[in-house]
Amino acid sequence: MLQEESDLSLIIAQIVQKLKGSNLYSQLERQAWASLQRPEIKLESLKEDIKEFFKISGWEKKLQNAVYSELSVFPLPSHPAAPPEHLKEPLVYMRKAQGSWEKRILKSLNSMCTELSIPLARKRPVGEQKELLNKWNEMGTDEPDLSLFRPVYAPKDFLEVLINLRNPNYENGDSLSFRTHLGLIQVPLKVKDIPELKECFVELGLNIGQLGIDDSTQVPPELFENEHVRIGQKVLAEQDSAAAQQYIRQGSPTALRAELWALILNISSQPEDVLYYEQLKTNVIQHDLLVDSLIYKDVKLTASNDDYYFVFEDYLYQVLLCFSRDTSVLSHFAFNSASPPKSYIRGKLGLEEYAVFYPPNGVIPFHGFSMYVAPLCFLYHEPSKLYQIFREMYVRFFFRLHSISSHPSGIVSLCLLFETLLQTYLPQLFYHLREIGAQPLRISFKWMVRAFSGYLATDQLLLLWDRILGYNSLEILAVLAAAVFAFRAVNLMEVTSLAAAENLAAHSEQFCTAPLFPELYRVQIPCTAELRQKEECSLLDSKSHSTEQRS
Amino acid sequence: MSRPKNQNYKGHGLSKGKEREQRASIRFKTTLMNTLMDVLRHRPGWVEVKDEGEWDFYWCDVSWLRENFDHTYMDEHVRISHFRNHYELTRKNYMVKNLKRFRKQLEREAGKLEAAKCDFFPKTFEMPCEYHLFVEEFRKNPGITWIMKPVARSQGKGIFLFRRLKDIVDWRKDTRSSDDQKDDIPVENYVAQRYIENPYLIGGRKFDLRVYVLVMSYIPLRAWLYRDGFARFSNTRFTLNSIDDQYVHLTNVAVQKTSPDYHPKKGCKWTLQRFRQYLASKHGPEAVETLFRDIDNIFVKSLQSVQKVIISDKHCFELYGYDILIDQDLKPWLLEVNASPSLTASSQEDYELKTCLLEDTLHVVDMEARSLRADSPCW
Repeated sequence: MLQEESDLSLIIAQIVQKLKGSNLYSQLERQAWASLQRPEIKLESLKEDIKEFFKISGWEKKLQNAVYSELSVFPLPSHPAAPPEHLKEPLVYMRKAQGSWEKRILKSLNSMCTELSIPLARKRPVGEQKELLNKWNEMGTDEPDLSLFRPVYAPKDFLEVLINLRNPNYENGDSLSFRTHLGLIQVPLKVKDIPELKECFVELGLNIGQLGIDDSTQVPPELFENEHVRIGQKVLAEQDSAAAQQYIRQGSPTALRAELWALILNISSQPEDVLYYEQLKTNVIQHDLLVDSLIYKDVKLTASNDDYYFVFEDYLYQVLLCFSRDTSVLSHFAFNSASPPKSYIRGKLGLEEYAVFYPPNGVIPFHGFSMYVAPLCFLYHEPSKLYQIFREMYVRFFFRLHSISSHPSGIVSLCLLFETLLQTYLPQLFYHLREIGAQPLRISFKWMVRAFSGYLATDQLLLLWDRILGYNSLEILAVLAAAVFAFRAVNLMEVTSLAAAENLAAHSEQFCTAPLFPELYRVQIPCTAELRQKEECSLLDSKSHSTEQRS
Repeated sequence: MSRPKNQNYKGHGLSKGKEREQRASIRFKTTLMNTLMDVLRHRPGWVEVKDEGEWDFYWCDVSWLRENFDHTYMDEHVRISHFRNHYELTRKNYMVKNLKRFRKQLEREAGKLEAAKCDFFPKTFEMPCEYHLFVEEFRKNPGITWIMKPVARSQGKGIFLFRRLKDIVDWRKDTRSSDDQKDDIPVENYVAQRYIENPYLIGGRKFDLRVYVLVMSYIPLRAWLYRDGFARFSNTRFTLNSIDDQYVHLTNVAVQKTSPDYHPKKGCKWTLQRFRQYLASKHGPEAVETLFRDIDNIFVKSLQSVQKVIISDKHCFELYGYDILIDQDLKPWLLEVNASPSLTASSQEDYELKTCLLEDTLHVVDMEARSLRADSPCW
């Protein structure tokens, strides 16, 4: 009991510490002072009256949301004596692997820099600054020569690193047994199995209404949709983050989504935020970074060529260029196994006083990075709001998809979860694909790294990201990836090459009504139905288990 | 333009008793070598005829129609893809005339409110005959932008924007002087139309909607609306500062293709579905429903306005491509109606859309029910 109490007080202390430095704190202070004017605030019962005032005026709710946000984002302290690296990543071998991967990336970046003799950063001449300012809203029309630039790395390269990850304390044994993991990831991390997933994702069960399935034209709206929309509007009226997070597990109505996400991520566009964005914009105008060219190249290669997102090209530059200058992003490295790369002022190599983080936000974009932003353009049209939402999504979720860690939402765990699900529930398919040299992870890895952006139709993708926000976890990506394979299992059994398998699995944009178990269910797709397939898989199993137990 | 009278009657689809019984396939003809050809060739039971062979189904182009329709005999079951005087709807000056007349009639019969439903067409004046009316309107609204469009050309050719009378006075002089020697070539008609200066922008770009309407007959009016279509984006960001920049203002793919920014693989289209989703997440589903209802109204009223004018030959059907522009108040405007909407695909997605469109069109036309025996092997 005592241990829990001291843990709790530690957490409280930490959160208070964090919030004290925030804008909300000064706002609350101001409000408290201003409230003294009010007649209902009496000197004798000052504390209670002010508390009451906060409750009525909605400020308590704002504080609640801020606390909830901190709880969601910041990992709980494991032990007061744990060193800060443990917060980033508790396992040594993972930390080492991440470190050497980072060295490789930096080396690649530096060599590109030297090859092209372009400085990592330079101040723009005034004429160029003016030009850029004029073109700010249409940077997509710029056609700089990017032929010599190449992305620093692609998801494929990252996968190779993950495949070679080994725990030096773990002996696999040479003999093949039923316990051998057939997949590419060979580290012993704990991942959830189907019963645990069912428990975790209880709102995705078959007996609970879902948007994306139960709002289709065949289902009368009175059954689920109308009520769900009504509740959503109520949640927004209450401005309650926690309630919104719970609500969105069943999907968000299109009209409410932008506000709901902002509520869950605790983003409210204050004048200070707009000002901060403008400041970042000024930084972009004044200085040119090498990563800018990488960003340009990435946008041109990926988002501009995408049927859905080519329209938003300009927004992507406006967000990503500012993102790389944003030093507030550095704070997330406290719980990210990655560390921001360091660079030195020219001529002062090795001197710590002349070390800077490069890029200023510590995040080097890779091939496909811009696809994290693109779907958000569907929801947010004001650049500073779009920026804030993206930044928050990045420091809560996306960073885990390209750093090596043991976190359950980290990419390593997701890969392992995917492979384990497949091997446990579709062993024949897994074995077949492995035999033809088409390890399933090679196909699904890029889906997960990009959180399916660009691989799903936008409305389906947004329903998926609803659930990421709702459950505060990325595990759903692995489950969806496994479900896609389950869905295509019959056809996949017949392919004879990786390319063919790739091709077949790649058309996840066109899900259509399909029977999973012909004798059991007809399941309607969008992606959440895939999850139901997984649930049904286990339903079968649990049925047989329960009969066994009875007998 | 005079046509030489063709003494040789070409009968098409003539059935000579025995022949009809033996024919178990549908003979089609078309000059288009794009998606349409693929769809026709893949249709079971359809056979292509070339050159002067007899046909049951002809997807023709309008010039052939103009020259040959009047002296072509067509059997009962034969179908052709245009109405004889489709230009009443598709030529900008005729369409305006018909719409204005219909509006007046509607006002007389049903009142101002009903007539206001026809206000989806920006103020238009035929040139040169309505020049003075135009000048009057121009003077009433100084500083607004106008767009000059040739009545009979397509793909954005010959279109330009202007703000000063001086611009068109110069242009008039230019076109007149070049025709000095050639008196018998008729002066090309243009329309001057009020330019919609506040188009709805997505990603800072202007776009218009292409929607397909299939008309099977005018009397009675039977029309089908295809549920998909696309939004065509201009490649450059919209601004009123550069009215000379064609690429900013004209969204036709033909124009955009020549833009220096154009990447053929990119395509610059969104499907209507995607467009609906985007609007719904920005304005809510009700606003989207209202918008599409208003667009439906455009189809209905425009077809009604030419219903009594177009010769409703039972052999004819027509697939129209409607170009609709949305402004910032989410009001749809009719830009024009195309009798021969492009069937060439600009991307894989586009190819699929046009294939499905054409297949469904052929389902509706239903040649199979008309020309084959019930027990023929294909069905």
